[in-house]
This record gives sequence, C-alpha cells and structure tokens, in this order.
Amino acid sequence: MTERNHHPLLEIKDLDVAYRIRGSVRRVLRGVSLRVESGSILGVVGESGSGKTTLALAILRYLPKEGFIQAGEIWFDEHPIHALPLEQMRTIWGKEIAFVPQDPSSSLNPSIKIGEQVAEMLHLHPDDARARVIQLFKTVQLADPEHVANSYPHQLSGGMQQRVLIAMALNLKPKLLVLDEPTSNLDTTTQAAVLKLICDLIRDRGMAAIYVTHNLRLVRQVCDRVAILYAGELLEEGPTQQIFDQPNHPYTRGLLDSIPRLGENKSHMRLRSLEGRIPLSGEPTLGCNYRSRCHLSIEICEQHPALFELSGSRVSRCHRWDEIDRGEIDNRKSSAESIPILRTSKKRLPILGIEDIRVDFPLQRTFEEFIGRKQPRKVQAVGGVKFEILKGQTLGLVGESGSGKTTLARVIVGLQDTAGGTMRFLSSALPSRLNGRSMETLRQLQMVFQNTDEALNPYQTVEEILRRPLQRMLGKNRTAAKRDVLFLLDSVQLSAEYAKRLPSQLSGGERQRVAIARAFASHPTLLIADEPVSSLDASVQAAVLNLLNDMQEKDGTAALFISHDLAVVGYLADVIAVIYRGQLMEVAEAHELFKPPYHPYTEALLSAIPKIEYKNGHAKIQLKGEIPSPLEKLEGCPFHTRCPHRLGEICDQEQPPWRTLASGKRYFCHIDEDGLQKLSQDNYFRDYAELKE
Amino acid sequence: MIRVALGAASTSTRRLKIIIAALFQRPSSSVGVIIVILFAFLSIFGPALAPYGPNEQIAADARQSPSIKHWFGTDQLGRDVFSRVILGAREVLSLAGLGTLVAVFFGSFIGMLSGYFGGFLDEVIMRLFDSLLALPAMLLALLLLGTLGPSPGGLLIVISVVYTPIVARVVRSVVLRTKTKAFVDAARLQGESLGNILFREIFPSTLPVLAVEASLRFSYAIFLVSSLGFLGVGVQPPSPDWGLMVKESRAFVTQMPWAMYFPAGAIAVVVIGVNLAADGLRKALQDD
Repeated sequence: MTERNHHPLLEIKDLDVAYRIRGSVRRVLRGVSLRVESGSILGVVGESGSGKTTLALAILRYLPKEGFIQAGEIWFDEHPIHALPLEQMRTIWGKEIAFVPQDPSSSLNPSIKIGEQVAEMLHLHPDDARARVIQLFKTVQLADPEHVANSYPHQLSGGMQQRVLIAMALNLKPKLLVLDEPTSNLDTTTQAAVLKLICDLIRDRGMAAIYVTHNLRLVRQVCDRVAILYAGELLEEGPTQQIFDQPNHPYTRGLLDSIPRLGENKSHMRLRSLEGRIPLSGEPTLGCNYRSRCHLSIEICEQHPALFELSGSRVSRCHRWDEIDRGEIDNRKSSAESIPILRTSKKRLPILGIEDIRVDFPLQRTFEEFIGRKQPRKVQAVGGVKFEILKGQTLGLVGESGSGKTTLARVIVGLQDTAGGTMRFLSSALPSRLNGRSMETLRQLQMVFQNTDEALNPYQTVEEILRRPLQRMLGKNRTAAKRDVLFLLDSVQLSAEYAKRLPSQLSGGERQRVAIARAFASHPTLLIADEPVSSLDASVQAAVLNLLNDMQEKDGTAALFISHDLAVVGYLADVIAVIYRGQLMEVAEAHELFKPPYHPYTEALLSAIPKIEYKNGHAKIQLKGEIPSPLEKLEGCPFHTRCPHRLGEICDQEQPPWRTLASGKRYFCHIDEDGLQKLSQDNYFRDYAELKE
Repeated sequence: MIRVALGAASTSTRRLKIIIAALFQRPSSSVGVIIVILFAFLSIFGPALAPYGPNEQIAADARQSPSIKHWFGTDQLGRDVFSRVILGAREVLSLAGLGTLVAVFFGSFIGMLSGYFGGFLDEVIMRLFDSLLALPAMLLALLLLGTLGPSPGGLLIVISVVYTPIVARVVRSVVLRTKTKAFVDAARLQGESLGNILFREIFPSTLPVLAVEASLRFSYAIFLVSSLGFLGVGVQPPSPDWGLMVKESRAFVTQMPWAMYFPAGAIAVVVIGVNLAADGLRKALQDD
C-alpha cells in the first residue's frame, strides 16, 4: 500500500455546498468526502435532486452564481480548488480538469463549422489547425473526420457531437475528466460505443475520471469505485464490484433490486420497488434521510448516522451497517412482494390488428417544388408495419430514437394521419382520424404519455384532470365523478388529499400515477403506453411498472408498451416487436427474444445493454456508424448499412423475407434459421439464467 | 422561491396572492403598482377630491403660478390645473382601459382560433394583421378617426383596432406552443369538445403572457389617447384631457410652464407606473 501521506489526485473533504435563493440558504450537499486516484474512474450515482450535478460543478468551481462552497475542502493535485480565485481556475480548466456535459448541442456554437470552432476553442495555430483537428477526431473514432470538421453542429447526430466534445476535452491531456451523464441522451447502441471509447481513452492515458450518472448499469461497466448520493449526502462508497455484489446500505440494495434484469419477466416475479420519494434537497433533516423509505428503520435512525467504515475500504451511512454486514438482517426487502403472478392463458381473441401501416411526414416545399407544383418530398416515418394484439396481451415495442415507435402509437390512438394501411379494433374497422371515431372507441383506447411534465395540464387540479374523462366518456354527473376520482386515486396508491393538488406540486412518479389513473378511468380494452417510465428516476420506475401491471391485470387490459429499454420491455411484455427505421425487424414471445437465434439488430441491441449482474466488459457487437438519416431512401433491408452479418448485395437490393420459426418467432432477414443460429455467438438469456441459480 | 411557495398553495386565489406578494418584493414594481393604484383611486374619487370644477373659471386667479390655493397653478382661463389633472384621470384611464379590454377580448379569441387551427385561415389572418401592423399606430389612428370623427366611441374603436393584432399574435404564439403538449392530446383522446379544448385546456396557459401584454397595451393606450388629444383629434375641449391640456397651454409655455408640465408629467408618471407594474408582473410570472 502507499504511504500514509500519499495524496490522491482529487480529494474532497467534508464538502458543503449551498444555494442562496432569495435570502434563504439551502444546503444541497452535506459533508461529502471522496477521493479519486490517478488512473481510476469514480462513479457518482444519484437520483434527480440528489446533488450529483452540483458536486460535479463544485469540483470544477463552476457553480451557478447562487451556489457557493459553504464549508469543506477540495484538493486537486496540490491545488486547493475550494479557495482558488476564479482567475487561477482558468489555468486549471481544460488543461488539468476537463468537463463533458450531458447535452452536447448546447456546448457547440450552431453557426460555426465544427472544425473551425474546435480549432478556435483549443487555441490551435491556424497553420496546422486543420490537421490537428482531423487527427483529434480520429482518436475518438469519428468516421469521416474531414466531413465532420466541415459540418455544422445540427448536421451531426447526438453521438457524433458527444464524440467531438470528448475529443476537445481530451486534447490538452487533462489529469481529471468530469463526465456529467455523457451518454444519457444517446441511443443504446451509440451509448455502448461512446462509453467504450471514453473508457479506452481514459485507461490508455492514465487519466482519472468522475462519472456522474443515474444509470447503475453503466456504472457497473465503467467505474472502479462508486459513490451513492442521496439527498445531498454520501450514503455508500466503495469498490464497484463489492458494492454491486454486497450492497450494505438499504438504499443501494433497493436501487439495485428495482432494476429489471435483462430477460426477467413479470410472469417470474414482481419488481421490488422503492416506495416514497427523495426528500427535497436543502431541507434540514434530523436523523437518517432515507429512514422514511427504509424497511429496516428503527429507533436509532431518528439520529443522524455517521459514515461507518466497513472492511475493504468501504463506507456506509447506515446505523445498522454492522448487522447487515454480518448477515444478521437482510437489507433486501421481504419476499412478500415477489410472489409470482398467475396469468390465465386462455385462447385469446385479437383486439387490435394493424396492417401495412405507413406514415409519411412531408417536408417543407422548396421553391422549385412550389413553382413546379410538384409534390413535396416526404420522410417515411413508418413503412408498412403489421402486427396484432390479443385480448389482455402486452405487446412491447422496442426501438431507438427515430425508429418510428412514437409515431406508430399516435397512429393507433388517432392523433396521427396515415399514408396507407388499415387498422381493425374489436372486430370493426378503426378510422385513422380521431373525428371518425365514436366515443365508445375512444373509451376503449387510451394512452399514457412519455413526458410527465407535459401530460397533465398545469392549470388543473388532479381532481379536475381525473374527473373529466369520467364525465365525458362514462357520462357520469359531476357529483358521481367527483366521488369516483377518489377511487381512481386510491387505485394508483395516492391518498385523497392529492385531489386538490396541481401537477407542479407532484413528483415525476406521482404525476405519472395520475396520468395512469386518467388512462384507466374509462376502463379501456387497450392501453398505449409510450415510454411511461423513461422520464422517471430509477427508484420510481419499478413502482410505476408494477402499478401498470396491476392495473392491467385488474381490468384485463391489453397494452402496447413502447420503450427503448429492452430490459423494461422484456419485463412487462408478453410479445416483443423490434422496430428499426420504421420497419419491424423481429416479433417474438418475450422469453424467445432473449434466446438464439437472434436477428442481427436484436443481437446488437442485446449486446449493447450492460448487464447489472456482472461486469461483461464491453458490447461484443459494436455497430458501425449511425442510424442513417430518415431522408435517405434505402433499398433492401433497412439495417444493411450497419449490419454486422451483411451477406452482400442481396441485403442492399432486395427486401428480406419474413421467416417464421417453430418457436413462433418471426424475423425479417435474408439469413435463414441455421445461418443465424451459427452467427449468434452469445446466449444472453442463458447468462442471466445461470446467474440466478 | 415563488415556485416553492406555490408548491404550498392550494388554490388559484393563493396563487394570485403569491404573485401580488412577489410584485411588492421588487422596489421598482412596487412603485409601479402604487402609482397605478393611486391613479385608479383618483379616477374613481376625483370629483370628490378636486377642489374646483374642471371648467370653473376664476378670472381673478388666471395665469397664477403654483401656490397653496392652486397647487399646480392656473391656466390662461383661470382654471385650476390641479383639479383638471385629477379630473382628467377618469376619462383617459377608462378610455384606455376599455379599449385594451376590447382588444384583449378579440385578440385572444382570434389568436386562439388562428393558432389552434393553423393552415390557410391562420395564414390569411396573420397576413392581414401584418399589413395592419405595418402602418404606424398613430397613422392608423389618425386615418380611422378621420373617418369616424373624434368621439369617445371612435377612440375606443381606434384603440381596439390598433391593439387587437398585437394581442392576437402574442396569444397565438402561446397556443402554438401549448397545442402540441401531451395534455391537449389527452383531452382529445377523451373526446373533449373543441370549446373545452380551447378554453379549458389551452386558454389558461396564455394567461400569464396575456396579463403582461394587456398591462403593456394599457400603458400604450394611455399614451395614444393623450397623443390624439394633443393633436386635437381625440377628446374634445373643454374636457380636462391631459393631452388636450398640453396642447392648449403649449402657446403659453414661457409665461406659465406649470399649465403644460403638470398634465404632461401626469401622462409620463402613469405610463411609467403601468410599465413598471407590467414588468414586475412579467418577472413574477416568469419565476412562477
């Protein structure tokens, strides 16, 4: 071991950070102590409101003007960051500590070409600037760096923009890299590639990094040590492997358990959810911050716990760490919630059938088209999708952003016009326009929206929001509807007092509960759920997924469940459909999808998802390039530009056939079953099954 | 801070109270609000407060400089300037206020429909309004008053015609932003009627912007009424209109500047006051 007087690269001691808001001071970080050694990556995990971004900004001394370091020290390589004048920080920013933000687009000037602004920001000498920039872009594996340098930011995808920023952050060979959710806006397959790049570059150069994220899966893949932040306090810190295998703090355990594993299904078990909500940061608390949500809380938890040192250089802020550590009590929630759900498997009738649905978005007409009275050009968002949903069944639709999954959802509920195709709902034709649908059809077909901020009218109380569908679709009078609102609230586990609140007074999870209650108010036969949990914190997701499942079970409601997260879809769906560039690639029973043979795109998706159970290194299949722009018209298979198993010209020119396997799996590929079986190198589902035993 | 405070609010009246409290948190906006309240008070209770009648001529006291007897002095006809300024408040504020209300009513109605339906209708309405806005407000007002004749009714029509397009554009822009939100889609999926979607779901979102726009329009309307009075096409003599007073005493500015400066000052103070209050309202709602 190193000597006692050894200094780590970054050392944070008892850091308190506060914001001054209209005269009052709110402390959002309390007594945070952390160390980062050279050559290692520390993961900082927390939900929104945990203070994780504040911590990152404090390390950079880049807090907003209301924020200030109230107490404590930050030492970076002999520099007292907490006490340096901002003038001196300028010599540290970029050269010693670099920052990669969450949203790359806001860090690039939209009106200057990428190459020029990178050269300018890095103070490159004009003579060799071009060559340097190109070289820099090559280090971050940007395909066609010349083209990137000549592009404006909006012409690049999010993944490419993020690579440009990483290139800039790495240029001056800083000793410490602070990454604030650098991949959370990216698609799964792009995320995998960017993440691998970051890790390789950091390790090659012996840099240290702080990786701020809410995504535990990524931490598992990337970080050496992990710190769990909760309501401004460090709850647990230690080596990643140990924390993931044997979490000590009940919160860490709860977080880890609430994430559905890849291949886990509702027919096996309920998700273990964390109840309650994170306390508002800055609220003075006595006692343990987590006690209101903790199933182990006892009398002593009314007192504020210290950070207790465990063996193996770990710390935990739990009074009962010792009992948990020795295995005397279980920090896992009781198994009462993991009773398997019995599902009836009667012969079911199809309730929704869509056939050859196509959606085009017309582009703004050019002057030439206007003069020549030509039809405007179109972007195809959905190209000939066909599927069926049976009574009570949940169909999961998985795809990356821009794959057309939300458009498809809007088509089914009637908010989006189609360019072709037919739909049948409950054995009669479903008109594509909302005006053509009867009130009874509306009642049977409801939707839960993605963005919880926009799904509820900010000027209406919860009561009004829930009362309207009862009055409108079920024809109840005001008094009866008012009474039923209370039943609805109860069904989504909200107390009656929520009726008087406005949406701004609810947390994201509570808002989504209200939105779910609204959708179920009319007892629909089919529910369309468009990414219902992706805007929620990890600890809340599980509870909302369980709720959705319960509501569905109670009413026998079928659902189209849309998500980009294969693990979430895998958990809730009976059948999964994979969509890419507006076309289905594969349709299979949920458990079959995770078994070989895999469609090449599904395999890439499965491989890109980090597994939480074990460190599986990096995605075995790295997709080349980016999803082609929707403006590009592709012949043949839509996936041929990125497919790792491309056969040759046939894939570029001919539409692949739909193949059906004995298991019921249908897929869209030129490669036949035997061929795919040989190509499917890994068995993702088996990996999981083995671990369970 | 306001957001946090609103978090504890349970009804819209609480919300209103919080916004009012926020108005008084800033020195500039509290000055504005106090000025507005003061002039509103004067326009209601003016006749009871004014020491003399608006056209009461005291020939012996003509052209007197400010004194205890005549706080703002007297004009060339021996009328008490202080009384005339106080009594002038009612006409100017009620004309401007009523005109603004009419403009807000039609503006928000047209803006809502135009923004929600979009397409050809929107295109036609907006181009029409563009051409109206291309003319300077004063020119438009002079043209209209030329045909309508100078009367209070004419002034009312002028203010509404000049400001309806501006209010409509502001409301339309909020509607364009709001109509794509998921809660509007949810209302459509519930089979809500068009009227309910427009007025129950979308309209409340325009209120903050509308409140600010209305108060700004109000201050410009005061200015417009006074300017038209000054040009002699607005309120007609012998009404104690501020613009008219400035016009009438302009010829004597060297001998009795008070007769011009006090009414001119009243215009300035009221316009600045309303502007400050509007600005404070905008900031209070923005924080919210």
